[in-house]
Amino acid sequence: MANVVLRHVSKRFGHVEAVRALSLAINHGEFVVLLGPSGAGKTTTLRLISGLERPDAGSISINGRDVTRDPPGTRDIAFVFQQYSLYPHLTVYDNLAFPLRSPAHRIPELTIRKRVEQTAELLHIAGKLGNRATRLSGGEMQRVAIGRALVRDPAIYLMDEPLSSLDAKLRAELRLELKRIQVELGATILYVTHDQVEAMTMASRIGVIKNGALLQLGTPREIYENPDDRYVASRLGTPQINFLPAGLMPEVAAPSGTDTIGVRTEHLRIGKLNGGGIVGRVHRVEHLGDQNHVYLEYRGQILVTLADPHQPLEAGQDVELKLVDPLYFDAAGRRVTAAVH
Amino acid sequence: MHMAQIRVENLRKSFDRFAAVQDSNFTIENGTFFALLGPSGCGKTTTLRMIAGLELPTDGRILLDGEDVTFRRAAERDIAFVFQLFALYPHMNVEQNISFPLKCQGMPRREAHERVKETARLLRIEHLLASRTSKLSGGDRQRVALGRAMVRRPKAFLMDEPLGALDAEFRQLMCRELRDLHDRIAATTIYVTHDQVEAMAMADRIAVMNGGRIEQIGSPQEIYDRPSSMFVADFVGSPPMNFLHFDAGLQAGDRAVKIRDASIAVPEVCEARAIGPLVLGVRPEHIRFADAAPLRGRVFGAEYLGTTQIVTVVTEQGRLKARLPSSTSIQVGETVGLTFRSDCLALFDAQSGSAIQTIGHGSVGHG
Repeated sequence: MANVVLRHVSKRFGHVEAVRALSLAINHGEFVVLLGPSGAGKTTTLRLISGLERPDAGSISINGRDVTRDPPGTRDIAFVFQQYSLYPHLTVYDNLAFPLRSPAHRIPELTIRKRVEQTAELLHIAGKLGNRATRLSGGEMQRVAIGRALVRDPAIYLMDEPLSSLDAKLRAELRLELKRIQVELGATILYVTHDQVEAMTMASRIGVIKNGALLQLGTPREIYENPDDRYVASRLGTPQINFLPAGLMPEVAAPSGTDTIGVRTEHLRIGKLNGGGIVGRVHRVEHLGDQNHVYLEYRGQILVTLADPHQPLEAGQDVELKLVDPLYFDAAGRRVTAAVH
Repeated sequence: MHMAQIRVENLRKSFDRFAAVQDSNFTIENGTFFALLGPSGCGKTTTLRMIAGLELPTDGRILLDGEDVTFRRAAERDIAFVFQLFALYPHMNVEQNISFPLKCQGMPRREAHERVKETARLLRIEHLLASRTSKLSGGDRQRVALGRAMVRRPKAFLMDEPLGALDAEFRQLMCRELRDLHDRIAATTIYVTHDQVEAMAMADRIAVMNGGRIEQIGSPQEIYDRPSSMFVADFVGSPPMNFLHFDAGLQAGDRAVKIRDASIAVPEVCEARAIGPLVLGVRPEHIRFADAAPLRGRVFGAEYLGTTQIVTVVTEQGRLKARLPSSTSIQVGETVGLTFRSDCLALFDAQSGSAIQTIGHGSVGHG
């Protein structure tokens, strides 16, 4: 069942089309991540759903009710911002209880206590409830900020890069926690980020967004293995997928209309020279520990592939290349599917 | 290009009672790309500043091509310190930016022009000499900034987190650029960073620093495969090495350790130890799931990363992260047996954190 539905929503700021005819349905209990660079329209989309912005065209419904023209307070959403904005003079407990104490809700204090304690337990900050908000580490503050959304039970949680201000280790830890909490609560989340690892590791479905338009929506595996578009293919995967002009590799039987061949680093296999047609030269080998990144020169292009860290390879060495599951794109960047043989 | 060997002997630096750098010794051979890697406050920048002549050591010597430069002023050391790779003079064009240091030296214009041309050729930016810097791409800006450092023909380059301010994807690209340049000009380079991926990707040799001390010096692969301490094992690799804590004694020649009831094959132990707290170190990619394995845990979460996934498993010895092919089907909450690739395991003394010598783990280079 769809929880939040956007139909052809558009929003323009002056000359900038921030969101273009965006349609998206988020199901109950789903963790949808909008992935895109800054300026793609991710935050504007969240603000449109929350009611902080009003669309120029299109409609938004939450739990089957059209809320396009409703004020933010009536929409049954909770928003987590990038910068944790806690009340510095209040304790962690009071920060968490604050959204529940709104006169609009009139929740008994006993119920509030229960919700706050449950949430603190979930976020592993139960021992800090008596602390002043300012006496916390960055990671704890961000947990409290997330907790302030979680104490409520809204139709949808909207999260705007909530982990981006944390260091890498803490980010990795909270990623895992947030996913666990979402599953445990059965919460519906729309989360925006420019970080592909966050998108891949947490999302039920990823929406790749660019210049205000949703390019593709699918599970992380669908997006990674079956991109509709060249940009989508480039957005996921480290190192990035290799692209090369189809004309440079006539040995590959590309379908007609192919302009660019895309091959993921793990799908570019290298081997000893053995009479095969596609030969590249090792340009540099990077030792990253668990694997090597091998940069290859092939007809003036640099391609990247992965290799076992202890595979002997040296700069200047010629190797035979083999493409596994290449992806084909036309001149406009759209995917061309291979003809069935 | 001039070349230089840089040698650091018993180098120490104290600020009041705080020992920022404690007894460092290392030699950087001609043309090496050397990374000083560590968390903030580990002494890496202080070490670099002493080599540059921006800071005087409390004790010890610095030799440049065998010549003692410990107390020479920075300007007399023939070393280029690159602070920020993207800071250019906006009102000058590329040629003026690169020739600026020569102009300051008072070099005749004709000679300076030749030098700039030669530098631009090496950096492959000859076609940009007349361009305004504001019009340049990030990569070209980096080349121009480097050109400005190179044009004086210094013996070595020192760089302090030059890519720190960039976002992750652009940083990767710039790392490649910088290393390609190094391969062309082969100037001795010391590169300070807290980012292990940068150090691993670019350096020929890495010195890992912690609390003012050098914990280990080696090639990226040596540091990764044979960390000399738990600190190094944890700092290098993403996710880092997993640690399983247990109590046991060791005999030289042991080929297995016992964690609870599970016997786990390890590389042959070279030193005897009385019973005490030990740590088994295992990299995420050396863990596999096997139903019959005696060491067991419960799956806490799985993170899809494309080709691989990181699976977090809760065991009685703590949480482990395993890197598995993403084709392996995993259920959160299920109980799994864990096996390790035995030839790649490390053993540590839990108290000191230092590695216990094993065969295959023998040739650890200490600072």
